[in-house]
Amino acid sequence: MTPLARKRLAKIALNTAGTVVFLIAVFPVYWMIATSFKENDQIFTTEFIPFPTHFTFDHLDRVLTEGVAGNSIWVYLRNSAIVALGTVLVGSLFALLAATAVARFRFKGRTSFLIGLLVAQMVPAEALLIPLFLRIKQLGLYDHLLGLIVINVGLTLPFGIWMLRTFVAAVPKSLEEAAWIDGASRFTTFWKVLFPLVAPGLVATSIFSFITAWNELIFALTLISDSSGYTMPVALQYFFGQRGTDWGAIMASSTLMTIPVVIFFLLVQRRMVSGLVAGAVKG
Amino acid sequence: MTNTSTIARGGGTSSAPERRRRRSHRPTKASGLPPRAVPYVLLIPGILVIAGLLLYPMIQVVVMSFQKVGLAQISGKRPTEWVGWENYTKIFENDIFWSSLRNTVAFAVITVTLTLAVGTAVGVLLNRLSKRMSTFVIIGIMGAWAVPPVAQGAIWGWLFNAEAGIVNWLLNLLPDWLSQALFGRSDWTGEPWLNDPITIYLVLIMTVLWTSFPFVSVSVLAGLKSIPAELYEAARVDGSGPWRTFWKITFPLLKPVFTVLTILSIIWDFKVFSQLYTLMGGPTVREAFNLSVYSYSEAFRSPPKMGSGAAIAVVLTVILLIVTAIYVRQMVKSEEVQ
Repeated sequence: MTPLARKRLAKIALNTAGTVVFLIAVFPVYWMIATSFKENDQIFTTEFIPFPTHFTFDHLDRVLTEGVAGNSIWVYLRNSAIVALGTVLVGSLFALLAATAVARFRFKGRTSFLIGLLVAQMVPAEALLIPLFLRIKQLGLYDHLLGLIVINVGLTLPFGIWMLRTFVAAVPKSLEEAAWIDGASRFTTFWKVLFPLVAPGLVATSIFSFITAWNELIFALTLISDSSGYTMPVALQYFFGQRGTDWGAIMASSTLMTIPVVIFFLLVQRRMVSGLVAGAVKG
Repeated sequence: MTNTSTIARGGGTSSAPERRRRRSHRPTKASGLPPRAVPYVLLIPGILVIAGLLLYPMIQVVVMSFQKVGLAQISGKRPTEWVGWENYTKIFENDIFWSSLRNTVAFAVITVTLTLAVGTAVGVLLNRLSKRMSTFVIIGIMGAWAVPPVAQGAIWGWLFNAEAGIVNWLLNLLPDWLSQALFGRSDWTGEPWLNDPITIYLVLIMTVLWTSFPFVSVSVLAGLKSIPAELYEAARVDGSGPWRTFWKITFPLLKPVFTVLTILSIIWDFKVFSQLYTLMGGPTVREAFNLSVYSYSEAFRSPPKMGSGAAIAVVLTVILLIVTAIYVRQMVKSEEVQ
């Protein structure tokens, strides 16, 4: 074999491997979407029907009108959106303040705080669940979406600070000093100089928090008992309780739940990876 | 905010640069805070949240694991009752605890290993693909990473559905003699994958592997891009094969990245809840519980046994702490040796 032919063969092999990886990754998602547009006789079959030949919106229509557990899927999507947006609004502000503190100042207790953030990553939600459940009940936030927002702020904040810290640190300090010398107040410097430059990082961190809150199951399962307050992950469980599981409806609901997250995710994936491993690569 | 105020910054706390600025007649805005206090003020909301929602509950759960917390205590009808180590001795006597522990550890070991191996292999592959092809594959695998855990459980439960799942269709495609020789059966229709602990974990491992290898791949790819090409050229000139090059150049240089990836994977895979819960359709198959699901189902069963749920959660947290601490220590040690 000539070196050129070998090179071409290697390229074909690599591209084939890449395509296989792509297909394995994408197929389950594709199958979810395809199932949600198939008619029932094409869903419940032992045959392989690669794509819906009789395209139907029945399942989407059914989950949006009839829904599950007494409410339309809209209600659950709305609840999830409220919880996720509330978490982002409160969490981002707190994260930005704290990230500025650790990235811009050297102070006593800074290292302990950073280590604390890392340890917080490790704490399993199940360990916090029981005490927080009792506390939320005491505070009268049981069955309130506000309770879930509070919890999710707590769950997402350590990582939010950790991630945002690298973005704040990346803004050259000289810019702030220049503004400072020009007579800008501390607040103006923060708002007019640092904030716009950190904004992309803030968006990335916010989307991360949004996704975490949107996906959260265990607290939503325990802190909400009235079905009109369920979030999507909880509502989805109720399809499985029914006799003769309605897979068309499950896949349609899963699709509705997945689409916003996938879009957000693709928007920020690169920043998110750099935020996660930044400490490792840069030392 | 206006900057019109020309009040000089006063007080004895001003540092050298500030004194310099004041000499140059810098118009400043009075800020009631001494500079040293600024970081602490910025940290107040964050610290309050972390202390109130993470630190304090963490202490509380340890306290509760030594208490009896049932319906009467939750509703306040009876005061909390200290029971010493009773919650622990009771769960240690329970077979479900030991099967949960075994499931948790075995699942984490297998899944972390597979995730790192597959993820690294795909990362190396991505690095060798053309720009356009690698972008294409990255978008695909990112899709798998982004799917919400509950939807993952639903999707994989559907793929492995007993009656109409595509996996059974695929297995039915195998030639009868091969299927017979490998698995001792040829007809897979009706195979109830999600009723038996072993097969539930088979599906769970595939689910979690599918969603977590992309993160490893993309991180490894980012690391690989930072390694200078000259190193590889030198290795090639010296006659090093791809396997040797990986272990002698790529791996040592990416070791910090692998450290982080391993720790994160361990932490994530030890606490898998949503996918398992959804695959089982709630806490149904007790033999397939892991510690997370077991803790949840003890604490929120009726009547609730929150004390014993807390004890299980404490065991899980201690295991995670130990594993992470050992791992971090070993990493630090091996860095020192080099």
